[in-house]
Amino acid sequence: MITKTVSNAQEACHGIQDGMTLMLGGFGLCGIPENCITELVRRNIKDVTCISNNAGVDDFGLGLLLQKKQIRKMVSSYVGENAEFERQMLSGELEVELIPQGTLAQRCQAAQSGIPAFYTPAGYGTEVAEGKESREFNGKMHVMEHAFKADFAFIKAWKGDTAGNLIFKGTARNFNPNMCGAAKITVVEVEELVPTGDLDPNEIHIPGIFVQRIFQGIHYEKRIEQLTTRKKG
Amino acid sequence: MALDKNQIAQRIAKEVKNGYYVNLGIGIPTLVANFVRNDIEVEFQSENGILGMGPFPYEGEEDPDLINAGKQTITALPGASFFDSAMSFSMIRGQHVDLTILGAMEVAQNGDIANWKIPGKMVKGMGGAMDLVASAENIIVAMMHTNKAGESKLLHQCTLPLTGVQCVKKIVTDLAVLEIKDYQFYLLERAPGVTVEEIKAATEGDLVVEGSIPEMQF
Repeated sequence: MITKTVSNAQEACHGIQDGMTLMLGGFGLCGIPENCITELVRRNIKDVTCISNNAGVDDFGLGLLLQKKQIRKMVSSYVGENAEFERQMLSGELEVELIPQGTLAQRCQAAQSGIPAFYTPAGYGTEVAEGKESREFNGKMHVMEHAFKADFAFIKAWKGDTAGNLIFKGTARNFNPNMCGAAKITVVEVEELVPTGDLDPNEIHIPGIFVQRIFQGIHYEKRIEQLTTRKKG
Repeated sequence: MALDKNQIAQRIAKEVKNGYYVNLGIGIPTLVANFVRNDIEVEFQSENGILGMGPFPYEGEEDPDLINAGKQTITALPGASFFDSAMSFSMIRGQHVDLTILGAMEVAQNGDIANWKIPGKMVKGMGGAMDLVASAENIIVAMMHTNKAGESKLLHQCTLPLTGVQCVKKIVTDLAVLEIKDYQFYLLERAPGVTVEEIKAATEGDLVVEGSIPEMQF
């Protein structure tokens, strides 16, 4: 097997530079690459473009990069929960491209799959379609969307082996599998790194071929954004 | 009497049929799950990656790796499945989801819907709404008939930026159940005690009233 392990987030982020385009998995705060975000803050890289469904909250997730004004542009489907984000967006410091969530996922998937562009019905007739080619298929109008081009993809998985094979947990899966192999370098942090051979090949969600670097993550906070419960009885 | 949000959800729940896979939007649509008959088989999809979504967890049993599209902690029912975002939207765009229920700021009589952006205000994004409305065969809009200023939300033409074009077929409001057909609103049912005249007055778009209009049954 080809070994993909690196020792920590610092080593995993080797080669990252100002101005790069980064993909980050996660939905809200669920399944975000916490260790890599911490490392991006520590390195203080600037002017990055982040492709991520959401932008974190003020003091967690991508909100930590926003606080230090490291992000030049966000490409997201929903950015509701972050006051600093709103301030930077309204002041023009931060460029924001809002795109439909399914289109975001498929643009990652297309990049992973070597499909340069595709047609989707989402957004036809809205401002999202402005300036884009549209075409009729089966009597319905569709918009052409392009695969993303990114330098790094930062992925959070539940378990992984040293060959980079990955298993995700619950809804922490979300965009993570679609971003694997969708950038020049895919970096994965896992809660449990196991030796090659320990994972059942039948249960692997993403094969290691899509992964360049994998490491054992530490100190996961896994913050809950909206705690909703019911009482027993 | 105009319906409250729970009563709107209760009326919409009657549209959920045995064997349906259903996607519920945030707000009133989320409440629909509370009123679906328990003698039929229905699965709820949440576009962040679960089919077979269950109720909120008991206190202390919440799992940060298990949320819905509103980022609320949830549970998974027996037979549930998890999947990635691309597959989730394959279910949606591929029309494998039978019914989509979502809220709206405006609906036009040609079926256009606006529910994601108010110019001049903070724009949070469309999330999955554009994918959902562009693809679903069966969309029900759950909303108040008028906005907070008392202006109709059922219009000749939407004034806000669109989420999708010519896609809404049915609307349930606090006043009425309406269908969109031939570029007009057809009045199907009235909320109990609400008159046709009251509904006409609250509807800016063209409203067709054929015969006597029954009151909603719950």
